[in-house]
Amino acid sequence: MDGLHKAFESRIRLGIMSALAVNETLDFNALKEFLELTDGNLASHLKSLEKETFIGMSKSFVGRKPNTSYFITPEGKKAFENHLKALEQLIKAQLP
Amino acid sequence: MKEEKDYIRDLAEIRSMMERTSKFLSLSGWAGIMAGVYALAGAYLAYTYFHFKPEDALAAADKGRGSLPGLVLVALATLVLAVGTAVFLSAGKARKRGEKLWNATSGRLLVHMSVPLMAGGLLILVLMSKGLLGLVAPVTLIFYGLALYNAGKFTYSEIRILGLLEICLGLVSAYFIGCSLLLWAVGFGLLHIVCGIYLHYRYER
Repeated sequence: MDGLHKAFESRIRLGIMSALAVNETLDFNALKEFLELTDGNLASHLKSLEKETFIGMSKSFVGRKPNTSYFITPEGKKAFENHLKALEQLIKAQLP
Repeated sequence: MKEEKDYIRDLAEIRSMMERTSKFLSLSGWAGIMAGVYALAGAYLAYTYFHFKPEDALAAADKGRGSLPGLVLVALATLVLAVGTAVFLSAGKARKRGEKLWNATSGRLLVHMSVPLMAGGLLILVLMSKGLLGLVAPVTLIFYGLALYNAGKFTYSEIRILGLLEICLGLVSAYFIGCSLLLWAVGFGLLHIVCGIYLHYRYER
């Protein structure tokens, strides 16, 4: 099926993309809270999305603590929107 | 290969995640109702005990000087009670929804509200120091309305309409200062109660 992207087959990755699509940036802890995941699990999904260049990250310091925040890239936004469109069409096509 | 109901669930989860991560939805309707009740009580006290009956921007200062500390105390007590109740009730609602009160969305909501509120608060201090007590009620309405209008992007969108109504009331009361306490009671009392009941019935049952 056109538009459906393999990277979004996992519902967790779809969740990450949804959250980043409506927020300029979100830090690791905020994502962790929204998605209710463990550190390791979230990190591995983030890494795979980063590899696709769908999301980017920037590191900074809040006081002395390192803080990693994530954002959606233009490619990511496009792929996500195409995925959404494809989902909608699939559902529409199957409705009587 | 996924089936149709999987796609529907995918879409539903996308929508819910977008909403949950961009809007603070633990705002309690009861907080609005209680804030309205405190405001009505505060306005009543200001009118009966402290004789806050401004006729124009300056006149209130001449007559009302003696009771100024009392008025300020009532205003602060109303504010603290309203904010305290809102935090307490929203924390309860957040717990029920399995969320934290302090998260990315509530933080953003507060930041966007605080700019107009700070500006309004400082302006009120300036007005009081110049003896322009009659303008205090209209200014609180206008700046609170601006804060709510901003907040509407980050919580229930109905809050936006409440903000616009508060701004209108503020502008009217700035023109008719004789009615400003009454309009203040409508804006902070009645409208809060109505909006709180609406949010409660629409989202909390």
